[in-house]
Amino acid sequence: MKITVMYFAWVRERIGVPRDVIETAAATVADLVAELRAREERYAAAFADLSALRVALDQELADFDAPLAGVREVAFFPPMTGG
Amino acid sequence: MQIIVAPDPFSPGDQLERFSARADGAGAIVSFSGLVRDEGGRLTRMEIEHYPGMTERALAAIAQQAVERWALADALIIHRHGTLQPGEVIMMVATAARHRRDAFAGAEFLMDYLKSRAPFWKKEFAADGAEWVAAKDADEDALTRWDR
Repeated sequence: MKITVMYFAWVRERIGVPRDVIETAAATVADLVAELRAREERYAAAFADLSALRVALDQELADFDAPLAGVREVAFFPPMTGG
Repeated sequence: MQIIVAPDPFSPGDQLERFSARADGAGAIVSFSGLVRDEGGRLTRMEIEHYPGMTERALAAIAQQAVERWALADALIIHRHGTLQPGEVIMMVATAARHRRDAFAGAEFLMDYLKSRAPFWKKEFAADGAEWVAAKDADEDALTRWDR
């Protein structure tokens, strides 16, 4: 399946691009993270500590063990700091 | 219910006046505005990044929860993104209800939730460099008081 992976704040800066469109067979967010980590050092660095990251699936907050079936957009970002 | 996410500066006073005019019959209106601190003159500017699409959805969901829980007559959330200078207004919330307790509680709920559940990220720029603002555990803990 083809999904859009988006990065925000320091995750975007560390990876160097705001988004990737990738072809993946990952079953869960954790599987997708493992694929991304294996890509290049900058991805491995961005995903080194998952406790520092949050994930949204199709613009809804989700967990790292959530399934990816049917998901079109995955976003990774640090804890939010609005207000 | 009104949600505005935009880079443009706004006047909290004008917004509050319009909100009050709409909230016909409400006995209580509470508003809160958040400003960019200058951190003792250290901060030169702030940049706020957000996740277009998810931001509006998340804020609408938070506002809807507040409206239902405290039977608010109306709720307003305005949040800017982009580059802001110290002293500028970042955001505001306003709630209208029959009684003040509901208006206050609704406004606090909006603030607590939008701080850690709406996809905004602040980056502070100072003369000696730039840094992403780290989320505070206290902000996350603040949400537990709304559990029921």
